[in-house]
Parts: sequence; C-alpha cells; structure tokens
Amino acid sequence: MSGAQLSSPTTATTRRRGLYSERAFYALALLSIILPLAMLAIMLLGVLKNGGARLSWDFITSYPSRKADHAGILPGLVGSLYLMGLTALIALPLGVGAAIYLEEYGKQSRMSRLIEVNIANLAGVPSIVYGLLGLGLFVRILHFGRSLLAGASTLALLVLPMVVLVSREALRTVPRGLREAAFALGATQWQTIRQVVLPIAYPGILTGAILALSRAIGETAPLVVIGALTYITFVPDGVDAPFTALPIQIFNWVSRPQKAFIVDAAAGIVVLVLTMLILNGVAIYLRNRLQKRAS
Amino acid sequence: MRIQRIFVGALLISGISACSKNAADAPGASSANEAPAPADTAAAKPAAPAAPAATVIALDGSSTVFPITEAVAEEFQKTNSAKVTIGVSGTGGGFKKFCAGEIAIADASRPIKPSEADACKAKGIEYIELPIAYDGLAVVVNAKNTWAKSLTVDELKRLWEPAAQGKITKWTQVRTGFPDKEVHLFGPGVDSGTYDYFTKAIVGEEHKSRGDYTSSEDDNVLVQGVAHDPNALGFFGLAYFEENKDTLKLVPIDDGVDTNGKGPIAPSGETVANGTYQPLARPIFIYVSKVAIARPEVNAFVEYYLKNSEKLVKEVRYVPLPAHAYELAMARYKKGVTGSLFNGGSQVGVTVEALLARE
Repeated sequence: MSGAQLSSPTTATTRRRGLYSERAFYALALLSIILPLAMLAIMLLGVLKNGGARLSWDFITSYPSRKADHAGILPGLVGSLYLMGLTALIALPLGVGAAIYLEEYGKQSRMSRLIEVNIANLAGVPSIVYGLLGLGLFVRILHFGRSLLAGASTLALLVLPMVVLVSREALRTVPRGLREAAFALGATQWQTIRQVVLPIAYPGILTGAILALSRAIGETAPLVVIGALTYITFVPDGVDAPFTALPIQIFNWVSRPQKAFIVDAAAGIVVLVLTMLILNGVAIYLRNRLQKRAS
Repeated sequence: MRIQRIFVGALLISGISACSKNAADAPGASSANEAPAPADTAAAKPAAPAAPAATVIALDGSSTVFPITEAVAEEFQKTNSAKVTIGVSGTGGGFKKFCAGEIAIADASRPIKPSEADACKAKGIEYIELPIAYDGLAVVVNAKNTWAKSLTVDELKRLWEPAAQGKITKWTQVRTGFPDKEVHLFGPGVDSGTYDYFTKAIVGEEHKSRGDYTSSEDDNVLVQGVAHDPNALGFFGLAYFEENKDTLKLVPIDDGVDTNGKGPIAPSGETVANGTYQPLARPIFIYVSKVAIARPEVNAFVEYYLKNSEKLVKEVRYVPLPAHAYELAMARYKKGVTGSLFNGGSQVGVTVEALLARE
C-alpha cells in the first residue's frame, strides 16, 4: 500500500490534469518568448554575418563615399542621435503634460472623450502622413527649413500619441487612495501630482518613452518627405542644420547595384540596432534606479 | 525637486546626442555623457532658419544620377572647402525644390517637363541643362532562359503595352517558336524616371504600360525576382545587370533601324555611348540654376563636374558621354545657354552630341 493510493482517485486526476494544463501553458508561454527571440537572433546573426567584417571604428567615423569600402556612417549616426534627443525633448514634456491634464485635471466631458478617441486614432496614422504634415507646418509655415528641428518636430508629432497613451496608462495605475491621502493632508492638486502620482507613474512613463523613441529612430519616410539628405559630409552644428539619418543611409546603400554596398548596409543596420540598444539600456537603467527610489 | 526627474530621461538621452556634437572624437553612443547642455540650450532657442553658411552647395533629385553626383562631390570636396549636400527625392521631387529656389542644382534622369519648366519660369528661375552621362536600360531574363536570345522593339511593345494586360501571358505569344510557358514581368515602379523612359521608348507613350507586372522601387528586388524565376523578363539600369551577371542573362534588342547598327544589339559601355544600343539608352542630366552659378563655389563645382565626369562616371558604372560631348556641354555652360534641348520630353534615338552640336 503506497501513499498515493490513500488519496482519493478524483483529486489525483484533477491534480494531474491541473499539472498537465500547467505544463502545457508553461510550454506555450516559453514558445511565445522563444519564437520572437529566435527570429530576432536569426536577423541579427544575418546582418552580423553580412556586415560584421565592415564594422570598425573607421566605418563609424567616416563619411559616405562612392567607394563602398571607404564609406562610413558618421553623418547618419550623428543625425539620428540628434533627432532622438530633440524628439525626446519635444515629445516627452508635451506628451506627459497632455496625459497629466487628461488624467488628473480634465473632467469626463464629451470634449475629453472626443480628444481621447482622436489621440488613439492618431497613433494609427501612417508615418508618411506625418511627414506631409511636417513639410507643410514646420518646413513651410513655421520656416524651420529642411533642418534637424523640422525633422525632430515631425518625429515628435509622430510619437506624441503613443507617449500620451502610455503615460495615461501609467498615471491610471496610481491608486486613488494615495491621491486622497495626499489631499487629506492638505496637499494641493499640483503637489499631489508632483510628489505622489508622478514618482509612482514615472517608470511606466519611461517605458512609453522608450517605445516611442525606438519607433522614431527607425522612421525613414517622414524624414525623406521633409527633406532629409542622402549625402552629406559634415555633422550638424545646430538645430537648423541639414541632416541625414541612419535608416536613410541604409536604404540608399541597399538599393545600390554593387554588392559591397549591401555589406555596408548590413553594417549600418548593426550600428542602428546597437544605437537603439544603448539608448534603451540607458533609459531602462534610469527607470530601475528611479523605481527603487520611488518604492 | 522630484518633478525634474521626469525630464532627466529626456535630457540624458539628448545628452548622449549632445556629447556626439564634436563628432570627430565621440560619435559613438557609448559614452553616456551626463551633461545635456548643448542640445538643451539649442532646443531652448530654435534659431532663425538662416541658410547654414553660403558655402553649402545643395543638390537634389534622381536616385539614378545620385551615384555620379556623389562621386563628383566626394572628389570636389578634396580640393574645395565648399560643402556639397545631395538629397534623393526623385527627378520630379528634385525639380520641385529646384524651381522653388531651394537648391542650386537638380539631378535629373529625364529632361525637364513643360509643367516643371513653367513652375521654374513662374519663380523666375533660369536653368542650364547639362547632360553628364548615358544610362543604358538592360532587358534581362533568367540565366536558365534558353529561348530569348534577342527581342525586337515590336515584341517588347506587344509584351508591355497597356492592351497586353491579361492577354499576353505566354512566351509563345511574344514570338512563335518561344515555349508555351507563362511570362512573368518585372520592372521599376511607375514613379521612376526609368519607367517613364522605357514606356516612351518601347510603348511609344510616356507613362503608359500594362499594370499587371511586378514592380519595385528597389532595383535589387527586381534583380532577385528575375534571378529566381526561369520565366521572368525584367528591365532596369545596366549597372544592376553587370553586378549580377551570374544569375541573369542580357537580351540584345533589335530596333529595326539599320542605320544605327544592324540586328539585335546588346547594351555595353560601347554600344550605349556610340548610339547603336537603341532605343534603351538615355542621357541623364544636371540642371544648374543661373542664379546659383553667380556663387563662385557653385561655378567651380559645375566646371569640376563637367571636367571629371568622364573618369568618375565610368568608376560608378555608368556610361560616359564621348569626350567631345563634354566639351560641347562645357561650351553651353560657359555661354550660359538656358532652356532645354528636349522641348519637354525624352527624345528617343538621338545622341547628346547631335543635340548639343545643333546649337
């Protein structure tokens, strides 16, 4: 007589069945993380295999050239970094501000619901449309010219809905009770937002910022529309300078007939991915540090 | 001051880009410089959009002409302190900026259209049209294709004209004797100057062709398409064939005119330049704004362009004009002859020298 027979057969079956579904779900969950990671790995290995040999300090610090083995990605890289910085500077304060207004100050009116629906819709508008808007608004009407500032403003518009949506979600996760406690202690609404709500919502907001900027760094179409260049042999010296960006340079190389340029394109993709990883890494580090401080 | 933290992320990210300002020493994003000052102050006062120094020579236009202009710009900047910038917004996009006075020189893979010429006129922009090279369009088939050893212009027309849509689907319909296999067509997208020229030369009407073919703006995609499909036929710039000789086969073209070479002729540097590979060889151009050449650096650039094209064009795998044609073009430039040699449309079967010599 073993111990197993002592327990009733039904509970054993249920438990076994529970165990099976537990295992099945675990396997499914594991698969759904492995699949995308494997695809990403295959892609990365592919570009590394193709472009790895071209990756060097020279490649990163050289200007484009008609000779594929002398061509470098410097203007694209610097242009993209500038764009990211400026886009963050424009989109984050605006987006977080809008989210705070909608979530903390705004009343549930028909108007605010209309704004909400429109922001959600804007998040789905194709990027080329933002490019055309940027061309009309920033380049022509506001006379930014075909400059970094016009590019960054356009990208900021493009990611703004995403920043607003994610920031609102983050603000919503802050328990109502905390706000009420702050009010009970005599804090004003601004003090409550500043000292109670934002510190808790901050990690969520940063996650949104990471997603938004990752999208912005890969955009080509809106930048081409507002007049980003393809060949430029100097780095921008101000926000009013002409510029190019990594994806534009990569696209140009991919469409050249010579195989050597395709290799350059692969190396350019590695640089783009690395840049994104580093930017995200910094943001995630920051998020974790602030998360610790907030708790 | 906790509120400031919310901006720390933004500032840090921009700080990284700011530290790369002095790009020569730190262009990599690796150093997380925490001083966000430069980008910060820069964004704080979005300065007036003054043109960045007069020494920038701005060009824009065709992606076909881009490699040549890039090569010239690269060499030119070794001897001259002026900075050359090149955009690629297509021939049409380039003319739009050119006629708005935004750029000094437009790269064009076809002559200026009447509507574009009118736009320039309205803005008072006079231009000098300078042919700088030939571009041959290659008609190619898969390497396994054993039958299409040559095609006539009429056969190509039968295959590509709008009326062929849905009807001409087999190789045997192109020429009796060809196998009873489906024919799969590949070509550049309808926005490209290459498409415009091909339709003008083969179908007879610019911008008119059947719609049921596989199109791509990226010629390498077309190369892959034809290389992997034994029944395929496609057309694109000659340079793309030369880089993929092992997977593609060139189809010699017979234009039925014996005065410029009898029988089917395959494109090559020689047949494109001497006018025997017709009608699929076309001149490509730069359009120079007359106002802009008052600037000495622009003038120097254009003269450098014409003087060095022969060597550089060959290097980037296009077909140079005969030396004599560059001299004629230089004479045209020096005289400041404005307007177009083409009266608003591509002319098929005329060499550039003949046109230039008419002046």
